[in-house]
Amino acid sequence: MGCVESMNYEIVLRDATFRESREYVRSNFKESIDVQPGFKVFDVHVIGLPPIAIGLDGDFVIFPYTKPCHGTFLLRVEDREEAVRLRALKKVSRA
Amino acid sequence: MLGCPQVPVQTGIALYLINRLKKAGLTPVVAGNKAANTLLVVSDPDRHYVGEVIDLDRAVGLISDKKRDFDRCFVFVHNDAGVTYAATMGAISGAKLYALVYGEHFEEQAKKIDFPCTVIAAKAVHNPLPLKKAIDEVAPWAA
Repeated sequence: MGCVESMNYEIVLRDATFRESREYVRSNFKESIDVQPGFKVFDVHVIGLPPIAIGLDGDFVIFPYTKPCHGTFLLRVEDREEAVRLRALKKVSRA
Repeated sequence: MLGCPQVPVQTGIALYLINRLKKAGLTPVVAGNKAANTLLVVSDPDRHYVGEVIDLDRAVGLISDKKRDFDRCFVFVHNDAGVTYAATMGAISGAKLYALVYGEHFEEQAKKIDFPCTVIAAKAVHNPLPLKKAIDEVAPWAA
């Protein structure tokens, strides 16, 4: 996931457990989409215990990123195109 | 699939497991972060045991994209991230999954595993023998 380093991200939550990260997304963002492990957000295959909650806040996408030595980080990245793509998937899954 | 190498037993147990799998006619492939992989490769300079080694995130990508998969998958777990990687493998791979749970807080981590896999757990931090014994009892190379 080398591309994470090149992203202009903000760390919303650090050194969390995966479950804490999922609860944080569900409790703090009005919009979220549940995805399965391996789903691509930007160029990152997200990992985690299914379902993985991805938050949407305007043009911001909030997603978990787990590092073997540092636990799970919740990252917030502004990208209108990706937010639109994820919202479209949400609509499809509800249809 | 290696975890963070901060608990000493990981490298020794990985080499042991690789040896047992190879003796059973299987071809082990190691995935880990840079430090974990380097520890393994430096410990086996002539590559008597270690074969293919790939970056952890690349491995997740290849399996997610259905470009690669394996018959068995052993995930080293001593922290929450390890549980997360094991759950991911359970979801994306068709491999028979084993979670090797160790470290000071092995019981706490083992309790988090509520997805289908074989849990092999022991309190092993510096001394690998308790985990080796637990693995030998399951003999996953024979499964």
